[in-house]
Amino acid sequence: MSYSDKVIDHYNNPRNVGSMDKSSADVGTGLVGAPECGDVMKLQIKVNRETNVIEEAKFKTFGCGSAIASSSLATEWVKGKTVDEALAIKNMDIVKELSLPPVKIHCSVLAEDAIRAAIGDWKKKQESTKPVASAVTQ
Amino acid sequence: MSTEVKIPQQLSVSQNPAPQGVKLPIYMDNHATTPMDPRVLEEMLPFFIERFGNSASRNHSFGWAAEEGVEIARERIAKLIGATTKEIIFTSGATESDNLAIKGVAEMYREKGNHIITAVTEHKAVLDTCKRLEKNGYRVTYMPVQKDGLVDLDDLKRAMDDKTILVTIMAANNEIGVIQPIAEIGKLCHERGVIFHTDATQAVGKIPIDVTKQNIDLLSISAHKMYGPKGVGALYVRRKNPRVQVSAIIDGGGHERGMRSGTLNVPGIVGLGKACAIASEEMSHEAAQLSRLRDRLRDRIMSRLDETYINGTMDHRLPGNLNISFAYVEGESLLMGINDIAVSSGSACTSATLEPSYVLKALGTGDDLAHSSIRFGIGRFNTEAEVDYVADRVIETVERLRELSPLYEMAKEGINLKDVKWAGEAH
Repeated sequence: MSYSDKVIDHYNNPRNVGSMDKSSADVGTGLVGAPECGDVMKLQIKVNRETNVIEEAKFKTFGCGSAIASSSLATEWVKGKTVDEALAIKNMDIVKELSLPPVKIHCSVLAEDAIRAAIGDWKKKQESTKPVASAVTQ
Repeated sequence: MSTEVKIPQQLSVSQNPAPQGVKLPIYMDNHATTPMDPRVLEEMLPFFIERFGNSASRNHSFGWAAEEGVEIARERIAKLIGATTKEIIFTSGATESDNLAIKGVAEMYREKGNHIITAVTEHKAVLDTCKRLEKNGYRVTYMPVQKDGLVDLDDLKRAMDDKTILVTIMAANNEIGVIQPIAEIGKLCHERGVIFHTDATQAVGKIPIDVTKQNIDLLSISAHKMYGPKGVGALYVRRKNPRVQVSAIIDGGGHERGMRSGTLNVPGIVGLGKACAIASEEMSHEAAQLSRLRDRLRDRIMSRLDETYINGTMDHRLPGNLNISFAYVEGESLLMGINDIAVSSGSACTSATLEPSYVLKALGTGDDLAHSSIRFGIGRFNTEAEVDYVADRVIETVERLRELSPLYEMAKEGINLKDVKWAGEAH
């Protein structure tokens, strides 16, 4: 199988590789896929509580080159977007940008799932931390 | 708080100058196919233009010249496997040989029984042929293999019944290189009057094969796995003790004693013969050399990388084969990182079916480690410098991909990956 230049670029120079403290209240973590299926993505976002803007994004991926490229691209795209804007990213946008062949579409689906899971985790934290935070300040 | 991982930048082919004496890309996928030996090509060339005759033309010198080439080849093949010339049937390759052996026996011995025994790690040429026969009323037992890749002889004994007509077990596996106890299997078959076929595609010319000593009745050979041309192979069919017969699956002019009609591929057959002659001369020396290179590759990789696992036993294995799983790294991404080296992976992403290797699964290798496997096939033309380069590139790429792997990070944090509830597990 031959890869598009963009997939090769992301594979050779993945953007935003790394990890953030998943216990931090500002950080949302999405872990999707399974080792048995050959793909696992961990995508993390750090969100500004005032503006809801994703200020930082990190990923680590176990998977083929297309999976690595899809998650690398996802971190690039969510950075600087608000949480709601990031939720609007669709897997087919990733397919188009990276010219993924049909057999690799599941990689883009997983990247979309990872974005949603990270945002979901962050939102859950906000719901559970807000009352506590206000109780402290009162 | 965030940790930035440093990613080495020197990854694409052009940025990787080859060390002295190494020409890129490196071919190390010799179980898929082998380059032709120049000595084979040299032997074949006269048979395209000067000696182009049809070996079945009995009435002129053109036919005789071609026939002489074919008969010399037949002798050379027979010699390599301890057979006689009348027992060698030429085919288009091992897939056809497997089909002819299995379907040919099934039809010829239909009145005697309808039960066939094979193993789950066989090549698709055998498995799919057996599956077709199942649709036509035959009963097939697919024996499991042990963790080391070997079939259990007691399992085989138990699987045989009074309707068993054929046992087909490969001599050496194409993925893990594991060599089956062929002589013992053949003995069991002969004690019970069952015909024994072995797909020896990966074994002939690599390890000693003797159809008499190993009690083999039918044996498939391919030229292009042993430095010969593609599109030609042979089937050994035993003539006595016991005499084995196969029904033809291709009808026509009655070539090859009626078992395989069709004008012979004379240049290809001459090439197969020469490949066998070279193997007869050089096999023992070459096997020692390939074992040494293979062990060097294994030691270099495994001394530098933890959590790497060899698939299949090292005790009964083709000299040039190494199959390793690199935990926490997906096979296709590893291939992408070492793209100046030709090897294969058992990863689902490299297969047409999106399923990881059925051979590795049969050993009890988890799907995760099957996805992480690489098959190295070292051959006649690989050098020590190439082996060292391949090892170093694999090590550097695995290290890089592990830094990128959430599984590696979790494992280092002490998380047992088996205990994690994975979101995608339903897939």
